[in-house]
Amino acid sequence: MEQAHGAGGTGPKQRAVEIGTALLTLLFGLIVIYGSYLVGVGWGSDGPQAGFFPFYVGLIIVGCSLINVVSGLREDENELFAEWGQLGQVLRVLIPATIYVLLVPFLGIYLPSVILIVVFMTWLGKYGLPLSLAVGFGVPAFFYITLERWFLIPLPKGPIEAMLGL
Amino acid sequence: MLDNFINLYHGFYIAGDPFNILLMVIGILLGVIIGVLPGLGGANGVAILLPLTFSMSPTSAIILLTCIYWGALFGGAITSVLFNIPGEPWSVATTFDGHPMARSGRAGEALTAAFTSSFVGAFFAIVMITMIAPLVAQFALQFGPAEKFAVYFLAFASFVGMSKEPPSKTIVSMMIGFALAAVGLDMVTGQLRLTFGITELLNGFDFLIAVIGLFGIGEILLTMEEGLEFRGKAAKIDPKVVWKTWKTLPRYWSTSLRSCIIGCWMGITPAGATPASFMAYGIAKRVSKNGKNFGNGEIEGVVAPETAAHAAGTAAMLPMLALGVPGSPTAAVLLGGLLIWGLQPGPMLFVEQAEFVWGLIASMYLGNIVGLILVLTTVPLFASILRIPFSIIAPVILVICAIGAYTVNNNVFDVLMMMVFGVLGYLLKKTNYPLAPLVLAIVLGDSAEEAFRQALLYSGGSLGVFFSNGLVSSIMAIGLIAGLWPVISFLISKLRGSSAQPA
Repeated sequence: MEQAHGAGGTGPKQRAVEIGTALLTLLFGLIVIYGSYLVGVGWGSDGPQAGFFPFYVGLIIVGCSLINVVSGLREDENELFAEWGQLGQVLRVLIPATIYVLLVPFLGIYLPSVILIVVFMTWLGKYGLPLSLAVGFGVPAFFYITLERWFLIPLPKGPIEAMLGL
Repeated sequence: MLDNFINLYHGFYIAGDPFNILLMVIGILLGVIIGVLPGLGGANGVAILLPLTFSMSPTSAIILLTCIYWGALFGGAITSVLFNIPGEPWSVATTFDGHPMARSGRAGEALTAAFTSSFVGAFFAIVMITMIAPLVAQFALQFGPAEKFAVYFLAFASFVGMSKEPPSKTIVSMMIGFALAAVGLDMVTGQLRLTFGITELLNGFDFLIAVIGLFGIGEILLTMEEGLEFRGKAAKIDPKVVWKTWKTLPRYWSTSLRSCIIGCWMGITPAGATPASFMAYGIAKRVSKNGKNFGNGEIEGVVAPETAAHAAGTAAMLPMLALGVPGSPTAAVLLGGLLIWGLQPGPMLFVEQAEFVWGLIASMYLGNIVGLILVLTTVPLFASILRIPFSIIAPVILVICAIGAYTVNNNVFDVLMMMVFGVLGYLLKKTNYPLAPLVLAIVLGDSAEEAFRQALLYSGGSLGVFFSNGLVSSIMAIGLIAGLWPVISFLISKLRGSSAQPA
């Protein structure tokens, strides 16, 4: 299937990512075991202790992760996970989206949403500013009216909204 | 049995309330939009809209949410047929013959066949729920903690046995879910665990956040990587095409019936709609006279997967209602909704909340009829939504996901968590880890653990309690067979192979 994207493409190998993911789950399993150990994994006076169940869950994660590491090692060495260009596409969404969620605690949800949509449309979509601004302000306004006014569900707001007295 | 019909009749009275009918229409329309848009699907769509229903009565709320689910099931077919892009994983098999039909100018026929088959599959499953669910619930009333755990065990073991991903990956994904569910306050001892002093983790991981991140954000990242552009076929459905197609459909009654049964089976065991649709397609291809022509626009190739997917999606409600074990991620979200509205899913629901249960079941009948009519009449509208470029849709969906994640607990930390789950979802999906067991494990983790510990407490720590009587042993045995199925089928094929050689 990867050949369909052009045989000349390069990128990280599926094998490396598989092994990396398995090591990540392995680490997660170890953390779970450690965390369970902290609260007791045995049999207390009133039955199983708090860490009893997660301890075995952690053990199973570690065991199966090891199997996945081994089966990852046996993967085809040449198969691509994705081409660099494709990963670039992913990052072009991921980075703005990450900045967006990091801004939400400080600026509320409305202003970052406007910025996200406008940046996305002008930068990635190559749309003109008027249309981008229209969508950028229209969507948050729609949610303000439906959620806050109709359903009375408050959304996070920041200093700008406070200034406007909303 | 007669009781069921009296109850159902009463249920229709509740579901037929004009306000509830309006909710059905809204739900179906929202659902179709969710099913059509990439990045929004049944599970995370329902998760995002769940907070909106907190102020409604539970019956109205579940009617709205289940109708979103039905709508999403219908919507998946539209993108498959017109754009060759499955809006939902369970409509992948529909693209095989649906899109070739659209290319040869038979889009209207393909869509009519798809919607009608969906309806037939769902209807079959609802009739089955009406008949069987109360019996299952009554039976389950005798369950103690050991039996309860055995049912959970069976549900999760069937994931391992039935999913096409390697068993070790399915187990890791499932156990990550259990571990995440365990984070926070331990309900039995009142101790904090696995929080490592981080105050944000005191309440544990909310599965709704996980669903929105894994399925919503993860899906957007995947779509972005594939760099899709929508280039679709136009669709026009007029009554003449519908009528013409309907006249041909009864010919495929045996395919239909077979797909219904496959779907119901796969829906009750939590294998889900996606494998059901593939299985139904595969079997239809092998059995049908026109099997060779499958893949070139054979109407039977649309009927089989659509019927099975809808039957499975609907049948997934049965174990959720009767046992408290959801059969699909979306059913898991609905189950989470029940808990939030203060209803305890499981057998007692049929006794204590009969009005709610039968209102819901009646609404399934009505919702699917409303859905069929709505989708047949509004397809061009939804097809035009798909022509909106992804660079507009993507940021809007991101905003919707963020709002959805925030409104679950009114907590901005959840929005960050959603993003983390999104990246995780992308990574896991690309490396073939199934996401459904993870979500189900987060939802059921606490109940499964509680049942496990109570059973062990009762037996003084001996695992023998799970084989202490006929009922619990047989459920555990079925679970073990389901979980070890890959090994068993390997052995069987090996035995056959070795016995065939000397002959």
